[in-house]
Amino acid sequence: MKKSQIRPDYPERSDDPLHEVNMEVNGELITRNVSPRILLADFIRHHLGLTGTHVGCEHGVCGCCTVIIDGRAARSCLTFAVQADGSKIRTVESLAQDDGSLHPLQEAFKESHALQCGFCTPGFLMSIVSQLEETEGEIDLSEDGIRVMLSGNLCRCTGYQNIVKAVQSAAKRMYKTN
Amino acid sequence: MSTRTFGERVQRNNDERLLTGGGRYVDDIPLPGALHVAFVRSPYARAKILSMDTSLAKSRPGVVEVYTCNDIGALDTEMPLLIPHPSLHSPKTQRPLARDDVFYVGQTVAMVVAVDRYVAEDATRLVDIEYSEPQECNIEIEEAISDDAPRVHDDVPNNVAAHCIQVSGDPEEAFAKAEHFTKVKVRVDRSTAAPMECRAVAARFDSVSGELTIWDGTQAPISVRGGIASIFNLDEDKVRVIAPDVGGGFGQKVLLFYPDELLVPFAAMSLSRPVKYIEDRTENFLGSTQERTQIHEVELAANKDGVVLGLKDNFLHDTGAFIPYGIAVAQVASTAIMGPYRIPNSRVEYKAVYTPIVPVTPYRGCGRPHACFAIERAMDQLAEELGLDRFEVRRRNLIGDDEFPYERPNLLFADGLAVIYDSGQYSKALDMIIESINLEDFKAKQKLALDEGRYLGLGLSFYVEATGIGPYEGGHVKVHPITGKVYVNTGLTTQGQGHETVFAQIVADQLGVSPEDVILVEGDTGAFDWGVATYASRAAVVSGNAIHMAAEKARNIVLEAASNMLEASVDDLELQDGKVNVKGSDVSVGLAAVATACNPLRYAFNEAAQAATQFAPAARSDEPALGDGRAPGIETTEYYAPPHAAWAYGVHAAIVEVDPGLCSIDINRYICVHDCGNMINPTIVEGQVMGGVAQGMGGAFYERCEFDSEGNPRNANFMDFLVPYATEVPKVELHHIETPSPLNPLGVKGVGEAGTIPVAPVIASAIEDALKPLGVEKLHHVPLSPNSIYEALSVAREKNII
Repeated sequence: MKKSQIRPDYPERSDDPLHEVNMEVNGELITRNVSPRILLADFIRHHLGLTGTHVGCEHGVCGCCTVIIDGRAARSCLTFAVQADGSKIRTVESLAQDDGSLHPLQEAFKESHALQCGFCTPGFLMSIVSQLEETEGEIDLSEDGIRVMLSGNLCRCTGYQNIVKAVQSAAKRMYKTN
Repeated sequence: MSTRTFGERVQRNNDERLLTGGGRYVDDIPLPGALHVAFVRSPYARAKILSMDTSLAKSRPGVVEVYTCNDIGALDTEMPLLIPHPSLHSPKTQRPLARDDVFYVGQTVAMVVAVDRYVAEDATRLVDIEYSEPQECNIEIEEAISDDAPRVHDDVPNNVAAHCIQVSGDPEEAFAKAEHFTKVKVRVDRSTAAPMECRAVAARFDSVSGELTIWDGTQAPISVRGGIASIFNLDEDKVRVIAPDVGGGFGQKVLLFYPDELLVPFAAMSLSRPVKYIEDRTENFLGSTQERTQIHEVELAANKDGVVLGLKDNFLHDTGAFIPYGIAVAQVASTAIMGPYRIPNSRVEYKAVYTPIVPVTPYRGCGRPHACFAIERAMDQLAEELGLDRFEVRRRNLIGDDEFPYERPNLLFADGLAVIYDSGQYSKALDMIIESINLEDFKAKQKLALDEGRYLGLGLSFYVEATGIGPYEGGHVKVHPITGKVYVNTGLTTQGQGHETVFAQIVADQLGVSPEDVILVEGDTGAFDWGVATYASRAAVVSGNAIHMAAEKARNIVLEAASNMLEASVDDLELQDGKVNVKGSDVSVGLAAVATACNPLRYAFNEAAQAATQFAPAARSDEPALGDGRAPGIETTEYYAPPHAAWAYGVHAAIVEVDPGLCSIDINRYICVHDCGNMINPTIVEGQVMGGVAQGMGGAFYERCEFDSEGNPRNANFMDFLVPYATEVPKVELHHIETPSPLNPLGVKGVGEAGTIPVAPVIASAIEDALKPLGVEKLHHVPLSPNSIYEALSVAREKNII
């Protein structure tokens, strides 16, 4: 007898328990029910559809998944979504203006050819933005200083030199420093 | 826009999207209802599978299906050997899922499909695979070739997959005549590409249209499609493979097939649901290919003046447990070993050796970093033994400008074609680097530093790279009739090299439009499906010239049509600012209107169509609407097949301070002179070189895939495998030479891999130079590390010099 073509009954989701989380993401309040083990990175990407945050290593080394949680850069691959309950989150999607004009750091990245494949770029942007904002530009902006500033993020394409250049140029624009 | 953009620092076309989170990598493609894959992988290097039981895993809530080799029908067979070669006498390739035997830790044994990746990973722990006691194995290639070594594949004695000898000139006579012999034995260890985005595959089968769509972070979508269609016995037109944004490739993503590339589409078809596999970082170390281990024994036969008459190289190449990509890496090494030097007589012999660890396929550099390390270390040693300056000994052997094209008779490159260096100015490159270093000044500083107890060293290395290999690529150009924007396709993919910008520049110059108005769509078999892949620094050369030729042809169509429309001679027309102008007048017609007029439609449904009606027809007035042999619109396709590789080259130098106590290095300056022919966009060229140097720096001093004696990976993660951060990568000073390649219309050569190749010998040479006063031993093993510096100073420590 030929096997019939009855559509199998697939489960829609896992049987993980759900917890309600409330967050402000890029200025918007959201409430969602999530598995307690879902990573913040996966939550942002797959539940909220903000796929600009990337996952490069899932063990906190490469920095691709960097977002800003309550004003501080953090690895969203080492954070559970439930841990971020009640937090304010900023992702790369928040940097440009509504009219499409770029953040000075994005502008500087573009002008300096500071990205190639673009996969690590959102992580760099969020890490740099948080460090510049946190210190209001009062951070060591010498070449060596910037290299230290970048040392939480891996890039495999650019060799970092143009990223250093972009940070110097963005900091000048943002804080009118020399 | 009449200015030529070729050679200009045009800003990249698609950065805004990537900077604002608008990139679309495989895992970003919205696929509602997608199921997720995780693999059960072998925990042993060599073992027999005794039994497999998936029932517990299947019963786990959220698990949809679990597959072993028994459940995948016709896919349960060895995957293709991509590039056969006569010397590859014992080729072995992997099955998508292991049957009976496992051959390396990480090999895929079973596949779990579940509602999400979390559940899929849970269930991999519930698949019960019973293995025999792990079998004895040996991952050291020098031992693996002995008669009594344990075999990776039972029917391959001595674990030798391939044995090849290439001879050019008369090496025996050269060795008989020579006055001085220099021997070195060098080793380069395993590394991996470590692209920031791991590999990823997603598939959706549309049972209504019968179309299978696959999103694959691959460098070779057209080849993947051909293979999938063949293996699944589908019509090629029913399979569409898309490489969307891809987060770095560096060679690792050119291999087809990885098991998941077959199994994910299979599951999507079997389960009637979209399915995706997003490799994680550990899996990238366990299951995606690696490269580099080779051991070279090089002997130079020279005269007392340092002129090298002949070279013999005997090397072993580690190919891992399988050899799906053939002997490409070893073959490239075997033809790159003479570098930029004349060396007219050579004998190179190599064996590709199976080891029970992750298989080897090309990684940025592909055999060249190994060969470069071998020859450059040998040249340094030759200089030292003859009491000559390192720069001078190189100068005496460099191929002269007037000797091009320089052929190495009888040698075959990895593409099966002759080894003919097309052009170059090697001595000029040497002069430029010497000038940039300011040798006299450096020597003074080195002496001064030594007086203060600091150790400064200067290192250098040349490299050559055969770029832009065939067989061919295509270019398709189409002017859009509504907007006048130009759409361009080619059969490649980009992983960040800036194709969308440099190809736009090439087209912009022909059609008189701005590069922003040229839109490149590649990496999609639905858009263009003739071509090969992105690898071997070939995109600018092969696709670039095909696109150039197609754009020239499109320009001719535009001129001819505009000449009819404006009733002016072609010679009086110029293409500028998206228009065709009659020179010296204000009479012009927009490109969109020309494109519209070239498509003799009846309806004026937009501005361009209305504009087009103001002119005479695009076709000649004595012809029908479409003249003889003409197609509607402005649309052209051309193909370019290079006669053989175009050889790029360069020389790097570094000034390094070494701390003999800490065994650490500090790179004070890193200088690079390179020549990739005519540069389409210097900014992008520099990006490629600087990125290459960073990757070379990783390979030179930090990155090494470690395995224990039982074949277990010991550092399969970014905590232990050290990809350099910004703090470890030096600032690079770049100097360009542009010697056009005579082989192609644009005069270009490739640049993708150049930066990576010579970094290790530069650093080794610099460390040795710095520590010479302490009697340092030779550095012949890459990656270098604080440990290798420590060991190289052991004699100095015994003598209590430090």
